[in-house]
Amino acid sequence: MKPNLTVEIGSILLKNPVMTASGTFGYGQEFADYLDLNCLGGIITKGLSLKPRAGNPTPRIVETCGGMLNAIGLQNVGIDEFIEKKVPYYRTIDTRVIANFFGTTVEEYAELAGRLDAIPEVAGMEVNISCPNVKQGGIVFGTDPAAAAAVVTAVRERTTKPVIVKLSPNVTDIVAMALACQEAGADALSVINTITAMAIDLKTRRPVLANITGGLSGPAIKPIALRMVWQVSRAVKIPVIGIGGIMTATDALEFLLAGATAVQVGTASFLDPGTAGRIVQEMEEYLVSEGISDVRELIGALKV
Amino acid sequence: MQFKSLVISNVELSPGYWRMRMTAPPPFAGSRPGQFLMIKVTEGADPLLRRPFGIFDTGTFVTQFTDCGSQTFLEILYKVVGKGTAMLAALHDGDRLDILGPLGRGFTPGDPAGEKILVGGGIGLAPLYFLARELVGTSRVRLFAGGRSREDILCITEFERLGVETYVATDDGSLGDRGFVTQVLEKHLLSAKDATIFACGPMPMLQATAEIARRHNVPCQVSLEAFMACGMGACLGCVVKGKEHRDDHPDYRCVCKEGPVFDHCDLLWEKGEGGNS
Repeated sequence: MKPNLTVEIGSILLKNPVMTASGTFGYGQEFADYLDLNCLGGIITKGLSLKPRAGNPTPRIVETCGGMLNAIGLQNVGIDEFIEKKVPYYRTIDTRVIANFFGTTVEEYAELAGRLDAIPEVAGMEVNISCPNVKQGGIVFGTDPAAAAAVVTAVRERTTKPVIVKLSPNVTDIVAMALACQEAGADALSVINTITAMAIDLKTRRPVLANITGGLSGPAIKPIALRMVWQVSRAVKIPVIGIGGIMTATDALEFLLAGATAVQVGTASFLDPGTAGRIVQEMEEYLVSEGISDVRELIGALKV
Repeated sequence: MQFKSLVISNVELSPGYWRMRMTAPPPFAGSRPGQFLMIKVTEGADPLLRRPFGIFDTGTFVTQFTDCGSQTFLEILYKVVGKGTAMLAALHDGDRLDILGPLGRGFTPGDPAGEKILVGGGIGLAPLYFLARELVGTSRVRLFAGGRSREDILCITEFERLGVETYVATDDGSLGDRGFVTQVLEKHLLSAKDATIFACGPMPMLQATAEIARRHNVPCQVSLEAFMACGMGACLGCVVKGKEHRDDHPDYRCVCKEGPVFDHCDLLWEKGEGGNS
């Protein structure tokens, strides 16, 4: 028998727990040639802002052992072009589209939430309070529980759609951040964004990235992400979405055991655009081979 | 498209420079000169990301002594510069690779009546061979190849075999003229009729070529190289500044998707910190 793969994030029913992470999957359509988007649990868009943003100078990316650093700087088309040029495509696909967005002030976050709330094709929103690569790209809100709560409260007032808050790992106490967001009305938490890091070129004695520091992603960060998902999911009542270095169904299932209700595939989509689709398939095969009828049985099932 | 490929041959042409031939699915033969590939060198996580390579050649050959019919192939030229390319150089016939491609926008040949001027620096010759093979049927084609020394000048014989007139310049004068290839280019450009320039190589060479093209009012297409994670416009890691770029008016273009071939007029070539150099 076909096992149940559906999970719920707030009021959003996902057909399976596998989504694609913001900033690694464009707006979705870019990947349509490489996998069936309809097989995904959801697509998280590139982070959106009120106005288009240019992003950082180059070099913006560099590979490091088991991962990569990026300092893209939230380059995006802006909410208006998103609505005009990207949203119509979402009517042609059958998966949940969640819009990731960020502001530089609480008011901007609120305004964007209101704009996104009015788009029927957008099932929910992921609030980015954790981009490490721009001075006012949300990280100020991502490291202070009171500031995070202020953003979430303002967003909550402008939308009835599920609000997911994407947390930064670059804090002393991620549980305090998680609790503040839950208290302020978040429906779910995405854990984690990239880890601030750097790479140095000995020959030139310069940082490799023009931004000096960047966000580390890829398999190198999986153990840290697992630990944070475990810590956060034990402390909160709302669902946690696990992110960090997921390359295979095994990785994804480990996040579920740690307490994640769903996962997002990020960097892996860069090296193999079909990764997320393959993980869905392998996850189902695992459930069948283990005789597990419902993927939800695995959520938080870690034996400690 | 994404496909698994078998290495057919992998040969060192010159110290550190390699030429690899591998299998490709039949639709690959429709790729355009200037388009590129993203190759996953190993199945493991180190190196993690794919590496971009220009297409040196593609076509079909008939497999001898079997009934298999024709086989589509592709070739790349590459220089061993790091761990990924070193692993590539260690591969033998029969080894497998995972390839995405053809990707990006290639060269636009333009009016066949005009002369075609190819300018290549070092490994930048790779996409120009594929282009030359297409152009020689209809146009006069000249190649200006540059490098540090004679060991950096690749596949000149292959170009000559196509009927391309070749001019070489090396920094140390060990082959051809001593100096920059762009100096040789400028000397000969005046004799060219309705020329179009197609250039691929290091950024300073492209900048000098674009400057010459601008001065002589000659159309010029440049193929850029950039760090990239995905090759399909998602990571936004490979952007370059477009002609309208200003601090308060960003105009970034993806090398992978909007390029790698650009009209030189569409890019910002400002000297110093503001431009793409």
